[in-house]
Amino acid sequence: MPEPRTSTTLTDQAQLAQTPGAAPVDREFTVAERSQTQLVFRRFLQHRAAMISLVVLVLLVLLAYVGGALWKYDVGEITPDNSVPPSLDHPFGTDAVGKDQLAQVLGGTRISLQVSVVVTLFATAIGTLWGSIAGFFGGRIDTVMMRIADLVLTLPLVAVAAMLGHNFGGTWYLIAFVIAGLYWAYVSRVARGVVLSLREKEYIEAARALGATNTRIILRHLVPNALGSILVNLTILVALAILLETALSYLGFGVQNPDTSLGLLVSEAQTALTTRPWLFYFPGLFIIIIALTINFIGDGLRDAFDPQQTKVRQ
Amino acid sequence: MSPAPSPTTDTVLEVSGLNVSFPSSDGAVRAVRGVDYALRRGEILGIVGESGSGKSVTSMAVMGLLPNTAQITGSITFDGQDLLTLSEQQLNGIRGDRIAMIFQDPMTSLNPVYTVGAQIAEAVRAHRDVTKAQALERAVELLRTVRIPNPEQRVSSYPHELSGGMRQRVVIAIAMANDPDVIIADEPTTALDVTVQAQILDALKAAQQETGAAMVLITHDLGVIAGQADRVMVMYAGKLVEVGSVEDIFYTPRMPYTLGLLGSLPRLDQQSERLTPIPGSPPSVVNMPPGCPFSPRCPLSTPECDDTEPVLESVGTDHRAACHHSSEVSGARPDEVFDTATVDADALGEFVQAAEGQA
Amino acid sequence: MSTTTGPTAAGTRTLLSARNLVKHFPVRGGGLLRRTVGEVHAVCDVSFELAEGETLGLVGESGCGKSTTARVALNLIPATSGEVRFGDRELTSTSAKDMRALRREMQLVFQDPYASLDPRMPVSELIAEPLRIHGLYDAGGRQQVRDLMKTVGLKPEHGNRYPHEFSGGQRQRIGIARALALRPKLLVLDEPVSALDVSIQAGVLNLLQELQAELGLSYLFVSHDLSVVRHIADRIAVMYLGKIVETGPAEQLFNAPAHPYTHALISAIPLPDPRRERARERITVVGDLPSPANPPSGCRFRTRCPKFAAELSASQQSRCTDEEPELSDRGTGHPVACHFAEARSLL
Repeated sequence: MPEPRTSTTLTDQAQLAQTPGAAPVDREFTVAERSQTQLVFRRFLQHRAAMISLVVLVLLVLLAYVGGALWKYDVGEITPDNSVPPSLDHPFGTDAVGKDQLAQVLGGTRISLQVSVVVTLFATAIGTLWGSIAGFFGGRIDTVMMRIADLVLTLPLVAVAAMLGHNFGGTWYLIAFVIAGLYWAYVSRVARGVVLSLREKEYIEAARALGATNTRIILRHLVPNALGSILVNLTILVALAILLETALSYLGFGVQNPDTSLGLLVSEAQTALTTRPWLFYFPGLFIIIIALTINFIGDGLRDAFDPQQTKVRQ
Repeated sequence: MSPAPSPTTDTVLEVSGLNVSFPSSDGAVRAVRGVDYALRRGEILGIVGESGSGKSVTSMAVMGLLPNTAQITGSITFDGQDLLTLSEQQLNGIRGDRIAMIFQDPMTSLNPVYTVGAQIAEAVRAHRDVTKAQALERAVELLRTVRIPNPEQRVSSYPHELSGGMRQRVVIAIAMANDPDVIIADEPTTALDVTVQAQILDALKAAQQETGAAMVLITHDLGVIAGQADRVMVMYAGKLVEVGSVEDIFYTPRMPYTLGLLGSLPRLDQQSERLTPIPGSPPSVVNMPPGCPFSPRCPLSTPECDDTEPVLESVGTDHRAACHHSSEVSGARPDEVFDTATVDADALGEFVQAAEGQA
Repeated sequence: MSTTTGPTAAGTRTLLSARNLVKHFPVRGGGLLRRTVGEVHAVCDVSFELAEGETLGLVGESGCGKSTTARVALNLIPATSGEVRFGDRELTSTSAKDMRALRREMQLVFQDPYASLDPRMPVSELIAEPLRIHGLYDAGGRQQVRDLMKTVGLKPEHGNRYPHEFSGGQRQRIGIARALALRPKLLVLDEPVSALDVSIQAGVLNLLQELQAELGLSYLFVSHDLSVVRHIADRIAVMYLGKIVETGPAEQLFNAPAHPYTHALISAIPLPDPRRERARERITVVGDLPSPANPPSGCRFRTRCPKFAAELSASQQSRCTDEEPELSDRGTGHPVACHFAEARSLL
């Protein structure tokens, strides 16, 4: 008959099982200690398409800002060579009046990126606030606020943006504000959904049961947990903003000369598609690269923030 | 190696050397490690184990329902064929016809947009050449077998119109639709209330008797096993650690884990001062150290246990256990092996003292 | 006022008492105005008392209102009507600010140790949170957190790990450490072991018993598992569809249950003992729980009651249909809400 063990505890039970002198084998935690943030980071690093996209996008941003500043021609600078196809001197060729296309495209990329950043910041700030208030308080406040957001969402985006852009537009930041004024509603729906589901989480009730104030619950529990989902949606917003700005500029309601943007460059080049295709292809290619990379990054972030995502990508 | 169970003529399903692992970023998750068993015709074989013990994965492997990332080795012989070598199409001919499965959550196994009658009829028609009307008739008959009141009306109900218990009966009806040889029930009553659980266990028993099928009953509830199973397999960390008749397992367990499980159960039929819990937590099945996986939690553990993993050895008639100390376990009461104290007395004392100091 | 859950242990003071608690949840329609279209009667006229150092088990199946009762008793959900006294305070009329301060003395342990811990906080921070909320962390909080972790059986070295790295049982210990941090008088335990594996469950139950013995805590133990409740509770109240149908000392309730629902519950729980389990007398109920939005008239259990269906005459049945049975001792030794209560031995 085995002797019962006297008052051993959980902790020393595991230690007793090990032979003295040998390095202790941790059988409880066979997996290294990792915080939630580290896990998210690791999963993101393992998402190949997202990682490649991130590198490409960073290179593109560097090219647009650093490369643009170093390049021998400025935006709008007229060179003696007009309508030359891509060459060493003009890697992207020149247009009919002799503007260097590389300088134009890099300048356009800068404006397009700036527009998207401003749109994202403002639309997120307003939308998150709007949606969070609606979601947190619920009831009638929620119903009324979300109907207003729905109203904005039903507006035909391009038509309204074109009208507003026509009246207030011209410079890139005004265009950005117009786009932000339409996109916040989209963000507010996302934020509301996130807050609504978080509000029902048991750990929120647990905090309340401990006697926590609303402020503490919002700052310590709601915001840190909502950040992931909102961040994922931000990336989509960046891509959407670039595309909408492109569309507006293409239609002639966006950025005006002497400023330039990728959309404007494409629209200016459409008459020359058959004669000087390089004018069309390079800005078009940049639009595609930016939109695609940002979408992949968003995809990677979404997977990284999904706590069920623990398996290895094949 | 453990001795493989001798295949007899009344074996319907034989699993041997089954290993299942899933790749993960922290190393392979070895969910099932070398499981061998033979399911006999008409018997109810209970598989008990805690979450993560591999009891569900074992059966999912039999059904061919594991995701593609799973690495499976070993063999699963049913009707002379190795199920692991069959194509998806060949498996579809067997699944739902000769081997049926009942899952924990009936809502996920029923399609919300079809009536339950249509779903049972579909299961019948997938494997039998009968008309729609005949299949529906069979559906009514099946619903009656699982004791659904007013089966003629119930066939035209949608799943959401039924309660959880009724839905689970429908799932059981679907499982028995084609008179299968094997029914695998994976935690069939876990999502249900106890009074409904009793009804479902009755329905399961009726289904099993009606079809004469052998049943694999997977559950974490030892009470359910005690009432239903003929033979029991206890799993721990992906391995079979004890196999025997239901009486062997409950009255003369030979593996400390089984004994510990029994000692951990609060009993409805007797008052007990303190339970004898198993200390620690189940091991992670990633990066498993060598030796017996139960060793860190086992009061009988010796250095041998940390070096070599014990194999399943015969300890009696039709009773096998995987433990270096199985002879010491024989006849022991849980409280003779396990300890009741769970609190670090010093830490608690300090805490009480600090509390009094502040008050 | 009579105490409807029977007398608490002699010589001890009542810590928590609930009188005629009612909680209705509105069912709202869609649309802009969200008009109330009905009410779910989650808790209907529930009264109980809990003495210092005592454990009261609240049992019932899902949808019986036991968790709602516990939350209303803690004033986490406002009661529709009724009173809750905690010590000498009336909770239903306490201001939100005073209530927050009062939460120091009453804590809740949740069922799901996965959902009730914020995934973005390391364990030491989770356990420190109650101390921080009540401004107690600066006075030796770090050491207290370490002590608490040791007390509940966790290694203080693991304080930097996050909840997702722990097993269910360890997480539940984290939840208990959080609840203990403020040294409350009352712990409301809402299905604290239901999500845990058996071998783990026993450890947590023992921990709770030892903590109670050492710290003199009172437990309101909510569970659907009669075996667990029998093991841990001094007194038990059985709930069905928002009402207490039977209550009494644990031993009496198991040895001589008198309500047909209690009979059915006890006989539905399988015993982990093959011979006894297979030889038992069974009382089975038919059908499913009626909707709490529209409970049956008279006795709420009559639609599923085996006694009603098999043993009662038509005139007796009409009494069940018309007259709601009150919770009182009908000669069975403890209060039962059944016109035809009859003590039986089922184990």
